[in-house]
Amino acid sequence: MPRVLVQFAHPAFERSRVHRRLLAHLPRREGITLNDLYEEYPAFDIDVAREQALLLAHDVVVFQHPFFWYSTPPLLKQWEDLVLEHGWAYGREGRALTGKQVLHVISTGGREEAYQHEGLNRFTMRELLAPLEQTASLCGMVWAPPYVIHGTHRLSEAQIDTEAQRYGQLLIDLHEARVDLRATTRYPSLNHALAGVRVEGDR
Amino acid sequence: MNEAGLLVHAFVYLAAAVIAVPVAQRLGMGSVLGYLLAGVAIGPFALDLLGTGGQDVMHFAEFGVVMMLFVIGLELQPALLWRLRGPILGLGGLQVVATTVLFAVLAVALGSSARAALAIGMTLALSSTAIVLQTLNERGLLGTAGGQSSFAVLLFQDIAVIPMLAIFPLLAEPGTAVAVAAHGDPGTLVSQLPAWGQTVAVLGAVGLVVAGGRFVLGPLLHQVARTRLREIFTAATLLLVVGIALLMTAVGLSPALGTFLAGVVLANSEYRHELESDIEPFKGLLLGLFFIAVGASIDFALILAQPLLILGLVLGIVSVKLAVLLALGRLFRLSLDQSLLLAFALPQVGEFAFVLLAFANQQGVLPPDVTGPLVAAVALSMSITPLLLLFNDRVLLPRVGTRTATEREPDVVDEASPVLIAGFGSFGSTIGRLLRASGVPATVLDVDSDRVDLLRRMGLAVYYGDATRHDLLHTAGAARARLLIIALDSPERTLELVRTVRQHFPQLTIMARAFDWQDAHDLLDAGVTHVYRDTLDTSLRVGADALRLLGVRAYRAHRAAQRFLKHDEESMRELTDRRSDRAVYVSAVRQRIEDLERMFEADRAEPELDRDAGWDAESLREEARGGGK
Repeated sequence: MPRVLVQFAHPAFERSRVHRRLLAHLPRREGITLNDLYEEYPAFDIDVAREQALLLAHDVVVFQHPFFWYSTPPLLKQWEDLVLEHGWAYGREGRALTGKQVLHVISTGGREEAYQHEGLNRFTMRELLAPLEQTASLCGMVWAPPYVIHGTHRLSEAQIDTEAQRYGQLLIDLHEARVDLRATTRYPSLNHALAGVRVEGDR
Repeated sequence: MNEAGLLVHAFVYLAAAVIAVPVAQRLGMGSVLGYLLAGVAIGPFALDLLGTGGQDVMHFAEFGVVMMLFVIGLELQPALLWRLRGPILGLGGLQVVATTVLFAVLAVALGSSARAALAIGMTLALSSTAIVLQTLNERGLLGTAGGQSSFAVLLFQDIAVIPMLAIFPLLAEPGTAVAVAAHGDPGTLVSQLPAWGQTVAVLGAVGLVVAGGRFVLGPLLHQVARTRLREIFTAATLLLVVGIALLMTAVGLSPALGTFLAGVVLANSEYRHELESDIEPFKGLLLGLFFIAVGASIDFALILAQPLLILGLVLGIVSVKLAVLLALGRLFRLSLDQSLLLAFALPQVGEFAFVLLAFANQQGVLPPDVTGPLVAAVALSMSITPLLLLFNDRVLLPRVGTRTATEREPDVVDEASPVLIAGFGSFGSTIGRLLRASGVPATVLDVDSDRVDLLRRMGLAVYYGDATRHDLLHTAGAARARLLIIALDSPERTLELVRTVRQHFPQLTIMARAFDWQDAHDLLDAGVTHVYRDTLDTSLRVGADALRLLGVRAYRAHRAAQRFLKHDEESMRELTDRRSDRAVYVSAVRQRIEDLERMFEADRAEPELDRDAGWDAESLREEARGGGK
């Protein structure tokens, strides 16, 4: 069964409504690992060897983070800069991550309509994530469109709980290979694709 | 002495000190030699400004030694004293016994009776606590292996004086004992008591000092401090020292030993620093007076009458003591440098010899024609101590053992390091290691030869000597360096170094270690911009880790500590600006409490440790909800 690594990055977790709930519903089981980056590296002194070992030990890498100014929190950018070394993750010799799957799980305050060409944000989520998609591609990884929880500002507590349960189920499905991310690449987001890509046991 | 006479005397003493000491220091001789020379200058054999009464002054000034031992005790936690018990008993005991025996044998060989020889031996075995500690402290050498050993030996000698005073009356030749019972027996209240009664009195007095210091003095000093009158606290400190000295004298113990004990008991007290800073000026002045009195008491008439005898005595005494000390230093596995320091620090005869010789005279142990030349020799031996140390420092040490500087390889001559680190104890060494690991080899200045040897073996560029010396700074490349990191263990020496550097090497950027707010304020006032309080970062790390252990997110705790550091630094700088306007006559205790109070106020006014508003979505949420309606 594919092993799932959740790379979680939130600089102000204590203020977060959504991610706190998402983490609370994270399935506790062998094969799904949570790596809380801001808790591990509050001073940004990332342990590159440890991070590389974690990547090697897993098949699916889920980056879970809020969407601040159309990008990842700064520690995640630092993580990319330091961990995805030339000669290891990319370059002529860099094959360590080839074939692994990458998924970004992102919360945004704005609603999905705002992330359209004619919307407030003028670009789609997929377009805004282009640098991350290309990073994965350069490392030979399989890029899945983002799993987005939109409109968090207006979500009620009950709705957030529903979202959290869905997310937990997604991680279980990934671990049990019931979702194949390779088949999702043409969709604008994983949320759209999910119906079509559940391999078996669809709800 | 009438009132005018007193003022004239005070004027003469003060003028001599004020003129001679700065000159001596400028010449690199240290203050002790300055005082001694001042004493010679105003003494009966040069300007003769004192008339009679020099002996009275000496007696009075001996109280400076008592105060010095109190201050030393304050700096010695009982735990540290316990750790020194090996050197005190071993090194100190062997020094006293070996020196006593050697001198006694020599005296017998020169025709003394066995009893007189023993008295002479014991007298000459002692060294001068006042001169040695003052000199070593001035050079920052007390913390080195040689300095600690010197201290241990001196401490043992101070204790050994008590049995010596007890033995002396027994050494009197039968039939020669003069009628001394009236005032000769050093005036103790308990001498009429039977032996067991005396023992009880002595133990009781010591117990009183220890128990009083433990349980009574703390609350008492607290009450005094609450008056917020600095002079009353000073008066209380003096009262304490004088009272203990009287008590000890009453039961026949050495007052210096008694105040030392009281100091040790109070070393853990919260008022340690106040006591220390209050007694310091008195101690300094009285010690100075004492040195002047020693200088003035040198009997040049006697010396001129028998120059060869006196000179022979001084040379003989100093070389025998030096040899014993050197041998013991090596026996106790001190390095050659540190053994030399020990030997050259302690070869003089101490101030107690004056007391013992006078006592021996009264008791009829030694005749005046023996004690006369001995007193002159003792005073001379004390006077040449600073010179001997200077000789050791400038002539001997640069040639044997650890060198001031290692000979550089020709190819690295131009690559002088941009960083100088003064002081390489635990504070400086961490900085040095970080810089070295980052490829910046710093040049180190340190006074501990053992440490210097180790560092050199590790391949560091190390200069051995007092960092406040302008010439050493120059040799170490201060003219070409960009940074000077001051990591010395003493605030006074740090300030001294700051002044030297600002005067001679103005291009150097100074980074200075401060111990508490007071030092930090002093350094900021002295114009140092980069001031680092010793424990600030550690406290913040502990605070941040405490928050983490209580369940606060690591990054939030980290940011809180970062912010607090900045806020604390700003508050401190503000406080410095405000403080310099205020009257200086606020007691140190009161000042520290006021500082803390202001810090707390500043914390309350600006508590925004958690103002990462950029990550706060609350306003966005409100706007989104409002827009949705």
